[in-house]
Amino acid sequence: MDPSEDEKELIRAAVGTVLQGLGIERASLIPILQGVQDNLGYLPSLAMRQVAEALQLPAVEVFGVGTFYNQFRLNPPGKHQIKVCMGTACHMMGGHIILECFERRLSILEGETTPDREYSLERVACVGCCALAPVVVVDDKVEARVSPIRVDGILLTFDIEKQQEERQEKQEEGREP
Amino acid sequence: MNSASPAVEQAYQLLRAEAQQNTEILKEKPVILLGTATCGRAAGALSVLAAFQDEIAKQQLDVVLRETGCMGHCYVEPLAVIFKTGFPPLCYGSLDEGKARRLVNDYLVNDDPCYEFAMAALEPNDFFPTFADYPRGIYEKRVLLADCGVIDPEDIDHYLVRDGYGALAKALSGDPAWIIEEIKSSKLRGRGGAGFPTGIKWETCKNAPGSPKYVICNADEGDPGAFMDRALLESNPHQLLEGLAIAAYAVGAEQCYVYVRAEYPLAIKRLKTALEQSTVRRLLGQNILGSGFNLEIRLFQGSGAFVCGEETALITSIEGHAGIPNHRPPYPATAGLHGKPTVINNVKTLSYIPHIIRNGASWFKSIGTPNSPGTAVFALAGKVVSTGLAEVPMGTTLRNLIYDVGNGIKDEKKFKAVQIGGPSGGCLPESSLDLTIDFDSLQQAGAMMGSGGMVVLDEGDCMVEIARFFLDFTQKESCGKCTFCRLGTKQMLDILTEITEGRGREQDIELLRDLAEDIKIGSLCGLGKTSPNPVLTTIRYFRTEYEAHIREGRCPALMCKSLISYHIEPELCSKLCNVCIGSCPVEAIYTRPDMLKGIYPDKCVKCNSCMVACPPQYKAVVKLSPPVPEEPAEERGSEVEQANNPDH
Repeated sequence: MDPSEDEKELIRAAVGTVLQGLGIERASLIPILQGVQDNLGYLPSLAMRQVAEALQLPAVEVFGVGTFYNQFRLNPPGKHQIKVCMGTACHMMGGHIILECFERRLSILEGETTPDREYSLERVACVGCCALAPVVVVDDKVEARVSPIRVDGILLTFDIEKQQEERQEKQEEGREP
Repeated sequence: MNSASPAVEQAYQLLRAEAQQNTEILKEKPVILLGTATCGRAAGALSVLAAFQDEIAKQQLDVVLRETGCMGHCYVEPLAVIFKTGFPPLCYGSLDEGKARRLVNDYLVNDDPCYEFAMAALEPNDFFPTFADYPRGIYEKRVLLADCGVIDPEDIDHYLVRDGYGALAKALSGDPAWIIEEIKSSKLRGRGGAGFPTGIKWETCKNAPGSPKYVICNADEGDPGAFMDRALLESNPHQLLEGLAIAAYAVGAEQCYVYVRAEYPLAIKRLKTALEQSTVRRLLGQNILGSGFNLEIRLFQGSGAFVCGEETALITSIEGHAGIPNHRPPYPATAGLHGKPTVINNVKTLSYIPHIIRNGASWFKSIGTPNSPGTAVFALAGKVVSTGLAEVPMGTTLRNLIYDVGNGIKDEKKFKAVQIGGPSGGCLPESSLDLTIDFDSLQQAGAMMGSGGMVVLDEGDCMVEIARFFLDFTQKESCGKCTFCRLGTKQMLDILTEITEGRGREQDIELLRDLAEDIKIGSLCGLGKTSPNPVLTTIRYFRTEYEAHIREGRCPALMCKSLISYHIEPELCSKLCNVCIGSCPVEAIYTRPDMLKGIYPDKCVKCNSCMVACPPQYKAVVKLSPPVPEEPAEERGSEVEQANNPDH
């Protein structure tokens, strides 16, 4: 999927700001890529090419680093990011069951984003909350002791929120004319 | 002692006096300390915090409410400590919004300390037991964790009044060689897992030619199941910074890095705050405490690669490359970051330094065993009652740690094994419980100290599955440099997956052992060399489980999904209750004409929800292995049930 002209503009601007802040040293490559991802939510290949050019590196080196580390995401994330912890404690307390529940409910596999870009599902190695396993990180909020029923609850909350927003939008639209 | 020494001491005393003045207020007003480390937040500490704030405002009370780190009692998070004149400082666990409001109303407004919610007092008193009165308190010896949860990690004054940075002042007044001698004589061993003597590492770096020199703190706690570095960073970041500064002074470095995992956002935030505060107080930066010593500490965020916990990989990562390990020697102590002498120490190792400098090497040696002095911090997780952090002297037995500190196994189940050291460690069985914990004894038993993650497993956990889980992890995290690690772990994973799915072959166990030896020999770094450990220890101690999977297609622990099926016992089911139907996420449970419940085996995803949901007075849902077809239930032999379900 190629980004649109608007998106390209956005990517160029974001990379520009990050490069200005961090400089163009070889050693800053990882912080630069982290900055771009913070800014855009993911690491588009266009951005990596632009970084390579600015740092005067072959593009393959930047792509190498971008694909080596688990944290870099090469596709745009969903509106809600769900990260299921797959650490030892979470696995033994049923983390794999929770991951399957999300996969089933959202009809996507881990690492994918729903077609409406509402949710993306990932696995993380360990968020360090092993005492409260199994753990799921939903939009930076850590959910402790998640059960299959809680999975439905989490998704239902978002659905209700979305419906409310839509209703509000409709009401506002109705008022305007 | 050089001439700067009185000046340094004076500068420090000034800072400390100022801190004392700033914290004076805490002695006059009631104080609430609420643990808001990641584990607390996961358990709902932020809504408890809001409830406290709201209720305090409503009652118009003059109370100090502070966020602190983690006391290590993760099983009762959210947790708060309340100080009020006339009462002992009391610790309250398992808080929710309602309890928070009651504590404000009953305790702070009126004088009822709500002993029914209290866990323990922090100081000995005539009303309530302290932590030291519980078995956990008897076996625990807190050095690193002593201040965690009782100081505000975002306020440097709290650390200063507890003699924080005093060790740095003491160190700066002396000769760097003295520090190295002291650390060497304390026999401190690196807490990252390998247990290399810290003093020798420092000395090598100091004597190595080349400048500038660097000190790096390895806070890339990638080991799944370990979280003590996170807790230390979130609860007491200044302790680490002080240790780092002393290390830098000792080896003659003026630049330090802290390499933190990106998965720990709160730790990064609190560390940043701590760095700013100590720079403002001139405990870091130019001319520290007037001694002429300069130090810059930079934060470097990792990007989610387990292999970066290996020191050479960590260095290449800081240099901006993919984190791929290199040959050693040369060791980083002689040629590390940018080819210069570099000391790399774990968070815990560096956090011990201020304590050793302050109390002396002989104090440190008085704790623990002769060859592994000091304490060990463990992250207890899994099927143990009191999950959380525990700090015990080296030489404590596993049994004490699991049964006395951890309060035994959850749900009155039977202990099966304890997994120590994460993907590099191994699973130790019941017969190893009397093993004393230190670097050498664990290695002999086939496990490894690792970073200190300890996951307790009960009879419902399958040992083949846990071996498969770790191989899945190491196989994904292998950087791909060495063939044996890259392909060997994949082969082992495939074999283990076949076994857990019931397609194992008789020769698989020997094949696994052969592969394990090859991977150990053929890999460059610790990740590859230790990756077969989980498989080797499970084969060594639990071979019968492997054989049951291969020969009988049966998972004795009833865990491997392909080898079990769920059933509802007609004799136990109440017929009138529909809880299981409601709990099933895929509508696999139905009501039969005779009102009993049945499970469609083709629809069932084996998520265990019905088993959890079935009320304890019935316990009608059972797992059977090898799987049996559902109908007709009446004809199933009763021996099969008994053999496979020890609950009945």
